[in-house]
Amino acid sequence: MDLPLIFALVAALSVALYVLADGFDLGVGVLFVLAPRDRDRDIMMQSIAPTWDGNETWLVFGGALLWAIFPIAYYVLLPAFYLPIMAMLFALIFRGVAFEFRFQSGRFRWAWDYAFAGGSVLAVLAQGFVLGGFIGGVPVRDGVFAGGPFSWFTILGLTCGVGLLGGYGLLGAGWLIWRTVGSTQVFGREVGHSAVLLTAGAMLLVSAWTAITTPEVAERWFAWPQIMPLAVLPLTAASVFVLIWRNLWSGHEHRVFGLGILIFLLGFAGLAVSLWPYVVPRHATIWSAASDDSSLRFVGAGVLVVLPIVLAYLGHAYWVFRGKAAGESGDGDRDGANASVASRRSSSLDTSLHLC
Amino acid sequence: MDAVTLSRVQFGFTIGFHILWPAFTIGIASFVAFLSFLWWRTGRPVYGALMRFWIRIFALGFGMGVVTGVVLSYQIGTNWSGFSRAVSNVLGPFFMYEVLTAFFLEAGFIGIVIFGERRVGRGMHFFACLMVALGTLFSASWILAANSWMQTPAGYSIDGEGIFHVTDWWAAVFNPSFPYRFLHMVCASYVTGSFVVAGVSAYHLFRNQHLEASRLSFSMAMWAAFVLVPLQLYLGDAQGRNTLQYQPTKLAAIEGLWDSGSGVAATIIGWPDMSQERNLFEIAIPRAGSLYLTHSWDGYVQGLKAVPADDRPYVPIVFFAFRIMVGVGILLLLLAIAGAIQRWRGRLYTSRWLQLAAMAATPLGFVAVVAGWTVTETGRQPFVVYGHLRTAAAASPVAAGSVLFSLIIFVIVYTVLLLAFFWYGARVAMRGPEAAIEPQPNAVRPGLAQAGPALVGRGSTRPIFATGE
Repeated sequence: MDLPLIFALVAALSVALYVLADGFDLGVGVLFVLAPRDRDRDIMMQSIAPTWDGNETWLVFGGALLWAIFPIAYYVLLPAFYLPIMAMLFALIFRGVAFEFRFQSGRFRWAWDYAFAGGSVLAVLAQGFVLGGFIGGVPVRDGVFAGGPFSWFTILGLTCGVGLLGGYGLLGAGWLIWRTVGSTQVFGREVGHSAVLLTAGAMLLVSAWTAITTPEVAERWFAWPQIMPLAVLPLTAASVFVLIWRNLWSGHEHRVFGLGILIFLLGFAGLAVSLWPYVVPRHATIWSAASDDSSLRFVGAGVLVVLPIVLAYLGHAYWVFRGKAAGESGDGDRDGANASVASRRSSSLDTSLHLC
Repeated sequence: MDAVTLSRVQFGFTIGFHILWPAFTIGIASFVAFLSFLWWRTGRPVYGALMRFWIRIFALGFGMGVVTGVVLSYQIGTNWSGFSRAVSNVLGPFFMYEVLTAFFLEAGFIGIVIFGERRVGRGMHFFACLMVALGTLFSASWILAANSWMQTPAGYSIDGEGIFHVTDWWAAVFNPSFPYRFLHMVCASYVTGSFVVAGVSAYHLFRNQHLEASRLSFSMAMWAAFVLVPLQLYLGDAQGRNTLQYQPTKLAAIEGLWDSGSGVAATIIGWPDMSQERNLFEIAIPRAGSLYLTHSWDGYVQGLKAVPADDRPYVPIVFFAFRIMVGVGILLLLLAIAGAIQRWRGRLYTSRWLQLAAMAATPLGFVAVVAGWTVTETGRQPFVVYGHLRTAAAASPVAAGSVLFSLIIFVIVYTVLLLAFFWYGARVAMRGPEAAIEPQPNAVRPGLAQAGPALVGRGSTRPIFATGE
C-alpha cells in the first residue's frame, strides 16, 4: 500500500474541506461591513455563528496533519511564511472573539463589526500570500528555510489574495442567498456580481502567471497529448462562472453556493496538476516528505476510525441549524424576532452604513 | 535579544495566556453538563436557569480558548522548526489525534450547547453538553501526553540526525509522568472552575439577588472544593515524587537544593543564587525535605550540583513559581475547610466574610495553574525534550525582528482580549442567572428563526446600559 499517496489525498481532502467550510464564513465576514444595515449584519452573523468553530477546526486539523505526515512542509513552510501566518492568526483571533463579544456588546458593537470584517479580510489576504508563495516556491537550503522575513511578499501572492477575497466572497454571497431572505438575500445577490468578476479575473491572472514564469508548469499543461484532458478544467471553470452569473437572481437559491464550491474544487484540481507531486514545490515530494511508516500507520488508524464519526456529527450540527436565518418577511415567529431586535436597538431600524 | 530568547518569551506568553481558558473551560464544561443532566432529569427551572447562565459565561471563555489555541498549533512550526523537525514522528500524531478526537467533538456540539437548547430535546442537549465536556478532557489528555513526553520521553529511538522515531506507541503516550500530570491538571481545572462558580455565586448572595440559583451553585461549588482541593494536594505530592524519580534536576530547582544528600532540609523561602550555588536568606526546616519528598526521614535527594551548570534551569523562577502555586493551594484549602465548617454550622449562605473570601478567591485558581505550568516548563530547561534536545537547537531560522514584531502585537492583542473578556464576562456574570430569557415554546418549523431571539437575548444590554444612554 502506498501510504504517503493515501495520506496526500487525506491532506488534500482536509484542506479542501477547510477552504470550503471556512471559506463561506470568512466570505460572510469579508462582506460584513458592506452590508447596508445593522439588521443584515445581525442575520449574517447568526447564520454562521453555530458552525464557524467547526469550520475553523479544519485549519487546526490541517496544521496538525501536516506535522504528523509531511513534517518537512510544516517546519519549512511555516517559518517561510512567518509574518503572513502570524497576521492570519491575529486576524482569526479578532474574528473569532467578535462572534462572542458582538452578541454581548452595546455601544461598542461597531468595533466588533470592524474586528470581524477586518479580521476576515486580513486572514484571507494572508492565506493568499501563503498560497502565492507556496506556488512560487520557497528558498530551501540544507532542509531548512533559507529566505528573508519578507520573501513571502510577491505579486503572485497579492493576486492570490485578491482572488481568494473574491472567491470567499462568492461563497459567502452564495451562502446568504441560500440561507437568508429579504434584503439580506438581495444584498447577497448584488454583491455576488463583483465577487464573480474578481474571482474569475484573479484565477485567470494566477494561471497565466504560473504558466509563464514556471517552465515545469507550462510543460505539464501545454504538452501534447495531456493538453486535451487538462483543457477541460479551464473550460469547465469558465462555463461555471457564466452559470453563476446567470443564476445570481434565480429562484434556485442554493445554486450559487453549490457552483461556488465547484469553482473552488476546479481551482484546487488545477493547483494539483501544476504542483504534483510536490509537498514543498520543487524540493520535497509526497514520498520524500512523508514521516515514519509507524507514525503514518498510527495516524491512519485514527483517521480511518474517527474521521467518519467527525464528519457525521459535524453534518448533524449543520442539520440542527438548517433553514433560513431570521428574516423580515414571513410568519409570526419571525415578526416576533424582529420586534425584539428592533426594540433593543435604535440603530437596527435606520440604514447606518459602515462604509460608502 | 536573539530570536531564540524572543521565541521563548513569545511562546511562554502565548501558552501562558492560552492555559487560562482550558483551565476555565474544562471545569465549567463539566459543571454545565452536570446542570444539563439535572435539568433534563428533574425539570426544576432553577437548574435550567443556572445551566443557561453558565453556558453564556462558558461560551466567552471557550471562544478565547479556541482562538488562542489555533495560534499555538502554528507557532510550533513557525518558531520551533528545529523542534518540530526532530519530534514530528512522535508529537505530530499526538496533535493530530487531539484535533480529531477533541477539537472536532467540541466544535461539533458547541453550537448545539449554546444556540440549540430549543431546537433539540433536553436529552440531546445534555448529550451535546456531555460531548463538549468530554472533548475538553480528551484535549487535555492528548496535549498533556505530548507535554509529558517532552518531560519524560519514552518508547522512542534517535537516529544519527537527531530525529526521534517511535518504537512503542503505548509507551510514548503513557509515558512515566503522563498519568500524574493529567490528573493534576484536570483536578486543577476543576478546582479553578469551582472557585469561579463559588465567587460568582457569592457575589449574588452578597448582593441578596438570585438567591435560589446562587445558593444552589454556591453549595455545589463549595462541596466540589471541599473534595477536590485535598485531592489536588495529594495528586500534587504524587507528581512531585514522580518528578523526583524522572527529573531530579527540576525537583532540586523546585526545592532550591544545591547539594545532594540524605535527610535534606525543606527550604521554606530564600533566594537561590545561581553564581554562588547556594541560597541566600534561607529559612529551612531540617530533614523535612526528605520527609515529604521521599516519605522517609533520611531519603536521598539529588541536588543541583549533581549536573553541570549548563544543564540547570534558571532556578529562581522555578523556585518561586512553585511557592506561589503551593501558597495558593493552601489558601484554597483553608477556604474549602472554612466553607465546610460554615455549612456544618448552618451559615453557608449567610456568612458575609465567607462570601467576600470566595469572591476574592475567584482568580486564585488561575494564578496557581499558571504558576504550576511555569514550574514544570521552566524546570525542564535548558532542554525542550528533557535530556535530549536543547531549546537553543529547537528554534526556527526566522529573523529576530519578525519575532519581536509578532511578540509586541501578541502582548497588545492579548491585553485587549483580556480586558474585553473581563468587561463582557463581568457583565454577564453580574447580570446573574435569572436575567436569562424565559424558554419560549418551540415553534414547529425548524430554522434559524428560533435562534434569533436566543442570540439577541444573550445581548440584551438594557439592564445595565439603559441608564447610561
